[in-house]
Amino acid sequence: MTFDTETTRLPLALRTEALESILLERQLVDPKVMDTYIRMYEQDIGPLNGAKVVARAWVDPEYKARLLENGTSGAAELGYKGPQGEHIVVVENTPSVHNAVVCTLCSCYPWPLLGLPPTWYKDPAYRARIVREPRALLAEMGLTLGDDVEIRVWDSSSEVRYFVLPERPAGTENLSEEELAALVTRDAMAGIARVAAPAAV
Amino acid sequence: MDTIADIGGMQGMGKVQYVPPEDPPFHDDTERKIFAMALLSMRTSGTNLDSFRHAINRQHPLDYLADGYWGRWLNCAENLLTDSAIIAPGAVEARARKLRGEDVEEPPAPEPNKPDYKPTAAGSIRQVDYPPKFAVGDRVRAKDIHPVGHTRLARYTRGRVGRVEMIQPAQVLPDTNAHFIDENPQHVYNVSFDSNELWGPEAEPFELHFDMYEDYLEPAQ
Repeated sequence: MTFDTETTRLPLALRTEALESILLERQLVDPKVMDTYIRMYEQDIGPLNGAKVVARAWVDPEYKARLLENGTSGAAELGYKGPQGEHIVVVENTPSVHNAVVCTLCSCYPWPLLGLPPTWYKDPAYRARIVREPRALLAEMGLTLGDDVEIRVWDSSSEVRYFVLPERPAGTENLSEEELAALVTRDAMAGIARVAAPAAV
Repeated sequence: MDTIADIGGMQGMGKVQYVPPEDPPFHDDTERKIFAMALLSMRTSGTNLDSFRHAINRQHPLDYLADGYWGRWLNCAENLLTDSAIIAPGAVEARARKLRGEDVEEPPAPEPNKPDYKPTAAGSIRQVDYPPKFAVGDRVRAKDIHPVGHTRLARYTRGRVGRVEMIQPAQVLPDTNAHFIDENPQHVYNVSFDSNELWGPEAEPFELHFDMYEDYLEPAQ
């Protein structure tokens, strides 16, 4: 698998089909197991899990305290645990502190709470820049932070996974936990956006 | 190894690619299949998560960047399966050419040679029976070392001084576990670094947090 400028590399789809045909022919993978993995992350495990955790923390101060004290058991209280969630640390955004998460070395991400990472999180440009010029990069990505806001960037270099508890937007005092969860975005829980107030309440 | 994967702080990368609004985990069947095959290849090849990451990192830098995230995973699966002699070198390319109608001879399946290795427990967190060497508040320096194999000690932290913020659960050391030498479980510390310590006096003010395995750290004054 070395780069060779003399030959054109075969297309990814074809190489994928080739490996699959070898593994299936020799019964080295079970297509049913493959489908189970795919379905799990396509349908069951995604950012809605994290959004429910955030909404619960916003409405239940005792839960929030437990979650910040121990993110792993806090997430597990709502049933969220599994691969890439062995130890979860929840970091809280406040008016004076903004947290952003990255994995510069690959794309480690809290799967049980957020599912598989989005394109921007996996982009080498994000991995390279967020640990060097976070304020400039966040502004470029649409999040402008005041000079008085302290930025903390969490590089996920061990098996610890970081999860951002965003600020609850103003004007949401009368919303239910379910309505609150619907406001929370993946980008806010990874730290590149705020949770926006509902358009009209 | 100081590889292309160790990209933190690299400049000239341009804008971040953003796919609005939902950006699903997979965009086509190729990505779906790669995800499942690559995860399963760990089991099939008798390897582990650290060797998986190492198999991504040690790709040629041009392949690493050109093939994209899922391309890296496919190359990783091929690396792991080839290393454990589950498939022969060149088997994937030969099969691919055959699939598109070329007349090529495929290499025979080799005799498997999986690593002589068994994890002591599931996952990466372990109990260790000695106290942490460092305490919260301690000043520590990331060692300026350049391991020949896998490592999670990013270049941009090496030689830099920070402060221990949290003691994390003890974990297996990726540097040795990736090569099936030893799990070498040890304490892990979350260390904060001032941006000026990392990037000089002109850097934006911010605080960088990095999880350091105990072997990566030495006391600082």
